[in-house]
Amino acid sequence: MANNNAPLLEMKNIQKSFYGNQVLNDINITLNEGDVLGLCGENGAGKTTLMKILFGMEEIAETGGYGGEICFNGEKVDFKSPFDALNAGIGMVHQEFSLIPGFTATENILLNREPLKRNVISEVFGDRLNTLNYNEMTGRAENAIEKMGFKIDPKMVIADMPVGHKQFTEIARELSKENLRLLILDEPTAVLTESEADALLQSIKSMSERGVAVIFVTHRLEEIMTVCNKVVVMRDGLVVMDTRAEDTDVKKITKAMVGRDVESVDNKSVGTDETAETIMSIKNLWVDMPGETVRNVSLDVKKGEILGIGGLAGQGKLGVPNGIMGLYEAGGTVVFKGNEIPLNSPRKCLDSNIAFVSEDRRGVGLLLDETLEWNIAFPAMQIQNKFLKKLFGGLIKWRDEKAIKEVTDKYIDELQIKCTSSKQKAKELSGGNQQKICLAKSFALEPEFLFASEPTRGIDVGAKSLVLEALRKLNKEKGVTVVVISSELEELRGVCDRIAIVSGGEVAGILPASKSSEEFGQLMVSKVI
Amino acid sequence: MKERIKNIIAEFGISRLIIVGFILFMFALAPVSGNKISTLLSNVANRFAWNGLLVLSMVPMIHSGCGLNFGLPLEIEAGLLGVTIAIEMGFTGNEAFLAALTIATPFAILFGTLYGFLLNKIKGGEMMIATYVGFSAVSLMCIGWVMLPFKNPVIVWGYTGKGLRTMISIENYYYEVLSGFLRFKLFGVTIPTGAILFFALIAFGIWAFLHTKTGTAMTAVGSNPTFAKAAGINIDRIRMLSVILSTWIAAIGIINYQQGFGYVQLYTAPYSMAMPAVAAILLGGASVNKASISNVIIGTILYQAIVTTTPNVINSLINLDISDVIRIIVSNGVILFALTRKIEEPKK
Ligand SMILES: Nc1ncnc2c1ncn2[C@@H]1O[C@H](COP(=O)(O)OP(=O)(O)OP(=O)(O)O)[C@@H](O)[C@H]1O
Ligand SMILES: [Mg+2]
Repeated sequence: MANNNAPLLEMKNIQKSFYGNQVLNDINITLNEGDVLGLCGENGAGKTTLMKILFGMEEIAETGGYGGEICFNGEKVDFKSPFDALNAGIGMVHQEFSLIPGFTATENILLNREPLKRNVISEVFGDRLNTLNYNEMTGRAENAIEKMGFKIDPKMVIADMPVGHKQFTEIARELSKENLRLLILDEPTAVLTESEADALLQSIKSMSERGVAVIFVTHRLEEIMTVCNKVVVMRDGLVVMDTRAEDTDVKKITKAMVGRDVESVDNKSVGTDETAETIMSIKNLWVDMPGETVRNVSLDVKKGEILGIGGLAGQGKLGVPNGIMGLYEAGGTVVFKGNEIPLNSPRKCLDSNIAFVSEDRRGVGLLLDETLEWNIAFPAMQIQNKFLKKLFGGLIKWRDEKAIKEVTDKYIDELQIKCTSSKQKAKELSGGNQQKICLAKSFALEPEFLFASEPTRGIDVGAKSLVLEALRKLNKEKGVTVVVISSELEELRGVCDRIAIVSGGEVAGILPASKSSEEFGQLMVSKVI
Repeated sequence: MKERIKNIIAEFGISRLIIVGFILFMFALAPVSGNKISTLLSNVANRFAWNGLLVLSMVPMIHSGCGLNFGLPLEIEAGLLGVTIAIEMGFTGNEAFLAALTIATPFAILFGTLYGFLLNKIKGGEMMIATYVGFSAVSLMCIGWVMLPFKNPVIVWGYTGKGLRTMISIENYYYEVLSGFLRFKLFGVTIPTGAILFFALIAFGIWAFLHTKTGTAMTAVGSNPTFAKAAGINIDRIRMLSVILSTWIAAIGIINYQQGFGYVQLYTAPYSMAMPAVAAILLGGASVNKASISNVIIGTILYQAIVTTTPNVINSLINLDISDVIRIIVSNGVILFALTRKIEEPKK
């Protein structure tokens, strides 16, 4: 029997281990209707795992199940699959998207809830043969997208979407559900700019007013302070802090998360050396990257600087590195160190010692089914013949497992990657640790020029300064020119010398990092189409 | 300790344990049914030696992400051309074996290139297209075997003097060149040493190849093509290479099969080769984009053990000759079983 006095959700003594690696020790969480719970913790603390348990993901049962008890709506539940959870009124936006690649945004948003039309065949053979009412579907999907406050094309196929759009599709899918009682959001804002995140935060507020409870996982702690009324901090599989939001602040949360104070990244930039030579000159670049079209970008990058590229999602900032690196069709001219590099050919760029950290870590960045060793060593092995032993006078290039292990261990240590060994599969790492692998992979190339696209996506506050420091060190000590593309303006202002803002597929302006956020904000919307 | 046993079982896979259990049960029944265990084991060893290479030929394509190679019949045709041309040219005895391998090689490269070109055009739907390719290749060659201007009376139909026979005995050619080499008996079980060594040699080659730079690239292309592309790999080239490699192994694999079996089978025979090879590698624990040499070895042994022992044992038990029926039921049952197992495999 449903009990109206009981809390909406109670998770008691939740425990989980993966092959002997204890990830959750003893987690207790209680949630009432309309509560917004901010859940935070370091990378690998177990947030996603806890949410997967709650949502009944098969991965949990396949890896040995979990311990403890979950009560939803006063009843003990044990969801065998996400469908059970959905039926009970739980929705989830996944950290690593769960969309069907070949379907459009509309179809994904309304999957399994499509409005149906009766037809002659279904009159005879039953409801399963009803046809989809596409007109109404489009309408509903558009509504859902509108509610979210950001435009995506409902007809675009998921596989063609940049990460930001995938994220929006997932959010729109959950927001459009009417019987929702509990919504789980696992780092939904990691690829959004502040203004886009604001729209989402508004939606969260209005859902909470309707009595929907929300669990909100994020590494952007200010967001928690804006929308949450409860905060839970996890560390090493334990709850180390569980309070009302008004009794705490960002600083306290950070301290509970990492166990020490974290200094905010303050910019030590001395500004760009205007007299430095131009190392890369981009002229009239266009890139046909769906959802991130670049129309006409001209930009000079000075040797030895850290240049930021910012802008709203969908305006083309991500298209710039993806186009230059040959992952999407592009045109225009790019001159690197005096030589023109041919576009649409990843190999040519890589051979000129340019490296790229992709924003799409699961799609482009990782070999999920292979070991960390392979992930980190692979590009350097293929492009620069590193980590190979030459046999028979170079006739055979044999993988040098020892060298591969060494370099992997080095980066695991340097970037504090949380894993059981260098032989672990990449898919078994937490989101933030996967991100670190992507960075390590490009560091192993020892590039002269580095494009880092959303380098800190999903990385916790403590590790963020570590990653940014690593980029800065690369820049200062090895003289690597770095271009950071990020949706987080504060991050760019923390690490860059100057920042170019891309709007409407063009460079709207370039300002030194010290300029105020308002000035950047104006540039961001100046050419929006 | 309990943990460890659990881990070992998990590693080996419940489904394979069931199969092993079933096989052991069949062997246990063997004495009752009047079959000698040593004969059954000799059978398995022999069949392993014949089929190992055909199963191994799946590996490169699986690694490069071209999926399970249902197009095996096409590749087998390359081997068949090698044999028939070698005989037509008048090679005899063991020389014919070497000649067949040599002549099959350029055909394998040609067929592999065309096949690879096609597969590169339809990324994502490889397995379906491969099936069609296999079927069309066989149909086309059925015409080919009739039309091609072969003259040697050993392989051409006697009464018309035109068109190749469906079955060609190689008794006087290279029958058991490998299987007979260093053959010995152990507890009554005959081991075809030469053929097993030949398999081991090629398998070692593939294993070594997968440890080189190019082999590593091949695995990465299968694992995540976009990742490989971003690392500067020419995906189409690597896939093409994998298809050519697969084709060549299949081509010499069928010649090896014939030296053990004793006959060259033309026309529709290649049809029935793809499914058993696919089933074997799946039974061995491979998936659509991961396969190792040990998957090949374990899978071939398990598959051949089932399809050779079951009909023999059951047949003698019920004293009726329905071995063909049982063989068909068992082999198709195993294929179905192996294929459905793969669908249950955890997703990414
Ligand atoms: N399928 C799996 N197999 C083995 N270990 C796993 C698996 N999934 C997660 N883990 C481990 O569980 C731990 C917790 O991971 P989880 O994804 O829950 O972290 P998280 O708190 O969400 O971190 P992040 O902030 O980086 O997303 C990690 O150490 C991770 O390596
Ligand atoms: Mg996570």
